[in-house]
Amino acid sequence: MEVRVANVRKEFERFPALHDVSLDIKSGELIALLGPSGSGKTTLLRLIAGLERPTRGKIFFGDEDASQKSIQERNVGFVFQHYALFRHMTVADNIGFGLKVRHGAARPSGQEIRRRALELLDLVQLSGLEKRYPAQLSGGQRQRVALARAMAIEPKVLLLDEPFGALDAQVRRELRRWLREIHDRTGHTTVFVTHDQEEALELADRVVVMSQGRIEQVGTADDIYDTPNSPFVYSFIGESSSLPVKVENGEVWIADRPIGLQAPHAPPGEAVLHFRPHDVDLLDGCSGCIAGTVAASRRVAGTRRVELEVGGERRRVEIELPVDHPAAQKSRVAFRPRRWKLFPAS
Amino acid sequence: MADPEIKSYEPHHESQSAAVTESRPVKAVLMAIALAFLAVFLLLPLIVVFHEALAKGIGAYMEALSGPDTRSAIRLTLLVAAISVPLNVVFGISAAWAIAKFEFKGKAFLTTLIDLPFSVSPVISGLVYVLLFGAQGLLGAWLKAHGIVILFAVPGIVLATIFVTFPFVARELIPLMQEQGNGDEEAALSLGASGWQAFWYVTLPNVKWGLLYGVLLCNARAMGEFGAVSVVSGHIRGLTNTMPLHVEILYNEYNAVGAFAVASLLAGLALVTLVLKTLLEMRYGAELAATRGH
Repeated sequence: MEVRVANVRKEFERFPALHDVSLDIKSGELIALLGPSGSGKTTLLRLIAGLERPTRGKIFFGDEDASQKSIQERNVGFVFQHYALFRHMTVADNIGFGLKVRHGAARPSGQEIRRRALELLDLVQLSGLEKRYPAQLSGGQRQRVALARAMAIEPKVLLLDEPFGALDAQVRRELRRWLREIHDRTGHTTVFVTHDQEEALELADRVVVMSQGRIEQVGTADDIYDTPNSPFVYSFIGESSSLPVKVENGEVWIADRPIGLQAPHAPPGEAVLHFRPHDVDLLDGCSGCIAGTVAASRRVAGTRRVELEVGGERRRVEIELPVDHPAAQKSRVAFRPRRWKLFPAS
Repeated sequence: MADPEIKSYEPHHESQSAAVTESRPVKAVLMAIALAFLAVFLLLPLIVVFHEALAKGIGAYMEALSGPDTRSAIRLTLLVAAISVPLNVVFGISAAWAIAKFEFKGKAFLTTLIDLPFSVSPVISGLVYVLLFGAQGLLGAWLKAHGIVILFAVPGIVLATIFVTFPFVARELIPLMQEQGNGDEEAALSLGASGWQAFWYVTLPNVKWGLLYGVLLCNARAMGEFGAVSVVSGHIRGLTNTMPLHVEILYNEYNAVGAFAVASLLAGLALVTLVLKTLLEMRYGAELAATRGH
């Protein structure tokens, strides 16, 4: 089921949580809403679910306007960060709940409900635990039950709010792989919220980066990582370094020296250069490069990070060097960003 | 929403350090004082009640209880409890639901208002109804014109009892519901449950022990209330006398056996309530913990 969010605005008591957000989610896609806390990602998810109503704008499920439909009518599967399992029901009753509350002919027989619950329990690899109560399960198991419960109603869309947020790192990685497998097998259109970029980039087909109630960028992990389109995405996803520069005659300058980067389309004047610390070419001589004095150096796993002081103002930038590279010990290092982007000075 | 895994309700009774433990003599004195108070103020009166009730033998006791006025007082007390407790359950659940699950203006005021019966003297609670419904009262003339009798009759007693008991259920449920948050209800709705189904299958089971606890306390108070009921009842024998009022009348007539026999029933009710309350706390301590503070 395609989901289209069209110019949605959401205010909480006059405080805007989302500004004019639009997003197209393709059928069968696994998509991540990624952002720091307060970025509006959970609000967007809850709007899609129908747990909140938009102040303005519309949400379409396929061609159908779902904005005014209640959460029950939308038929979405929602998985909560803290599981929200019904503590007084067994695992099987939890999973069967969505079927049990149906009315009339839509409601399967008790036997059928049980069969479906066991089938789903098998899908989430928890066979044999159907008689347990939520309190008798580990965090990871509870979240699996929560997912099985959400899938029992054959939802049009599966929505997960920080599904692994309350779990420890080991279980998170395991469940991440497992969720991907489940998604590939069942093909539900799935949206999940996370503040963990590793999780988003690894798991999702496309990542929606959000900040302060706006969507900053939508793209595949490669798009987002290699060509961030805003200073926010640069600094939020992965590591980045930035330097104040000047654009003149289609060239990028630091103080009075051109650094060998061509920017024919950039408007002349002040700008900020962004690049990834590992995405640089090291140079020997320096005619058209960024040169700096090594101020600090530290070993980070398989590489070495050096902090350089650049130019008269001694701006600090970080670049990455191979561990055995002689430049790491030299007091002066010259480099040129391989992939970079200019943004207007703020 | 609280993470169930990092919650810890149990106070650490066992792990008191040596620094805060008193010396043996001090401990002994403190315990002796506490036990003495218990004996004099609670245990002794309780024994006296049963002793006096049975002073002239079991036959006299049974006879005292089977008098028509006494039986009518028992019936009235049961009737009043049967009406006021369910009404308070409905009110308590709605008030707790509104306060715990929604944000609205005047919420703090409503919460305070619920406590009013705890802070006002029961006599005043009764008097309010006299001023409202009495012959000279605000609505007195209108009621009389329509032939509706509230004061010095069962409706007045029920009203006064409801007034006095209405904090019990609400006070138990509010902290419990607040702590549980909206997560479970949202989950139920997202699975297609109607509001009513979410309430019936999810909310109610989540608070059932707290609710039972509240009902228990509410019932004990409804049956035992004296002050407010005394003002509005009119003390008509066999008609508007509840058990506590009947005890007073019998006692004033120097019918000690009768008075203490009825009193022993009330004391028995208190004991049963206490036992049930303790059982509930033992079995469902964790779920009730949020509501324990009073």
